[in-house]
Amino acid sequence: MRVLGIETSCDETGVGVFDGDRGLLAHAVYSQVEIHAEYGGVVPELASRDHVRKTLPLIRQVLREVGLPKESIDGVAFTAGPGLIGALLVGAAVGRALAWAWGVPAIGIHHMEGHLLAPMLETPAPTFPFVALLVSGGHTQLLEAAAIGRYRLLGESLDDAAGEAFDKTAKILGLPYPGGPALARLAEHGDPQRYRFPRPMTDRPGLDFSFSGLKTFTLNTLQRETARTHDPARTRADIARAFEEAVVDTLVIKCRRALRQCANRRLVVAGGVGANRRLRARLDAMAAQEDAEVFYPRPEFCTDNGAMIAYAGWQRLRAGQAEPLAFKPRSRWPMEELPPV
Amino acid sequence: MNILAVDTSGEACSAALLIGTELRQRLAREPRRHGELVLTMMDGLLAEAGIGLTRLDALAFGRGPGSFTGVRIATSVVQGAAYGAELPVVPVSTLAALAQGYFRSNGSSRVLAAFDARMGELYWGSYLLGDGDLMRAAGAEEVASPEAVALPAGGSWSGVGGGWATYGEVLRGRLGSRLLAVTPDTLCESRDVAVLAAAELAQGHWVTAEQARPLYLRERVTSSG
Repeated sequence: MRVLGIETSCDETGVGVFDGDRGLLAHAVYSQVEIHAEYGGVVPELASRDHVRKTLPLIRQVLREVGLPKESIDGVAFTAGPGLIGALLVGAAVGRALAWAWGVPAIGIHHMEGHLLAPMLETPAPTFPFVALLVSGGHTQLLEAAAIGRYRLLGESLDDAAGEAFDKTAKILGLPYPGGPALARLAEHGDPQRYRFPRPMTDRPGLDFSFSGLKTFTLNTLQRETARTHDPARTRADIARAFEEAVVDTLVIKCRRALRQCANRRLVVAGGVGANRRLRARLDAMAAQEDAEVFYPRPEFCTDNGAMIAYAGWQRLRAGQAEPLAFKPRSRWPMEELPPV
Repeated sequence: MNILAVDTSGEACSAALLIGTELRQRLAREPRRHGELVLTMMDGLLAEAGIGLTRLDALAFGRGPGSFTGVRIATSVVQGAAYGAELPVVPVSTLAALAQGYFRSNGSSRVLAAFDARMGELYWGSYLLGDGDLMRAAGAEEVASPEAVALPAGGSWSGVGGGWATYGEVLRGRLGSRLLAVTPDTLCESRDVAVLAAAELAQGHWVTAEQARPLYLRERVTSSG
């Protein structure tokens, strides 16, 4: 079975084709980052307008790369939530209508399930059950995954997502949009010993997160230190490093806790922040101590993409799940509501 | 000529199937449910007529102006279906379709079509009856305040569409005795989109699925841009 996947939940248009026998055949992502850069954040209406321009050309491009006639596609998957509702509607409408015209089944996919399953596009792929850390600009969640569609929320951020904290802190440090990756690059040059930031909510049991206090801590530190430093560039790098250390450390502490709590030795990490090199290095070190394995998608599949939607769609369509002609994307959608396969 | 047309630009969701001269339509006045309804309507019309998508000459859609999200639903559905079935696409002005609908129901040959564009503005266009009982634009479509929309040069006109409910007073004041009647609660319907699309297609006016785009009229959607 060969499935076309379409992702339009935020500011990236993604298309991929997954084949049950041959794996991922092709994929392409168009990022709108330049459109939103001048506003310092995603403008939903502009995102929707761009998806209408880009989705179909991207589908055509990917199908051309696959090199097979479009009649060889057996199903269409589209992101049905959570995300920006206007953006989701574009991909859902194109995808559902395309499946209708081709006379093949269609399925709406949960965006975070796409991320969660993305490491299964790699070799070796993780097997169920596993613990998953989903960490992006919109989400920070720890889940226990028993099988496809059988997810139990272990903990999540009570305020900012980790990626959001990265972006907001980057803004405080005067870094260009999108700030997260820029902050990580700045932190490379920082001294990890100079400042120590708090590790929020690690001093009590539980697997929830809170990252919004860290940006305030950054702001206060920056104001205090800027007044007394002779090397503001050095200070900013050191602060960036201290912030990154705090976020990474907090995520690692909670992942260790989650693995022990679930008596599991497999950790899956997905979402944009999952591409952070320091996070990967620290998780690998923790896993070695715990005699556990960590699975990541390749960096390009950490951010939004159509390949993961095609894969999740293939998993569900081959199990016989499909959607009626009605499409109704959801801006909010708890993962625990997903049906098992 | 066989055309399947959709419109989701406003309060109503509708689909219409034109086969030769026979026209069938499904319409539901259920805002915020367009995504749930539109493909079911399209599929139902084809099934009822006993034909498949491949028997069509084109797909048509109300390309705006109207609700941004609504116009995008019709555009995206038509993009997907036209790409999948390899059909040409005919984008049709929702204001022109509104005027065409008013001609269909009232025989009016001069129509000022207006939708509420919010933010103190309306989407506006003037339409005159032309050859083939088709309404033709007498000026450019625009988004503007009721004080600033362009009035036609002469003659008596009928005001149609939701814009007249919100800004009727200012518009009446500007048109005075040149205004014959006002019917604010007329909706854009896909059967009128289909009729206008058939004429366009006969002239060779169509686009590919990828070229099918909404017409928003309002390009300024951020406070700074």
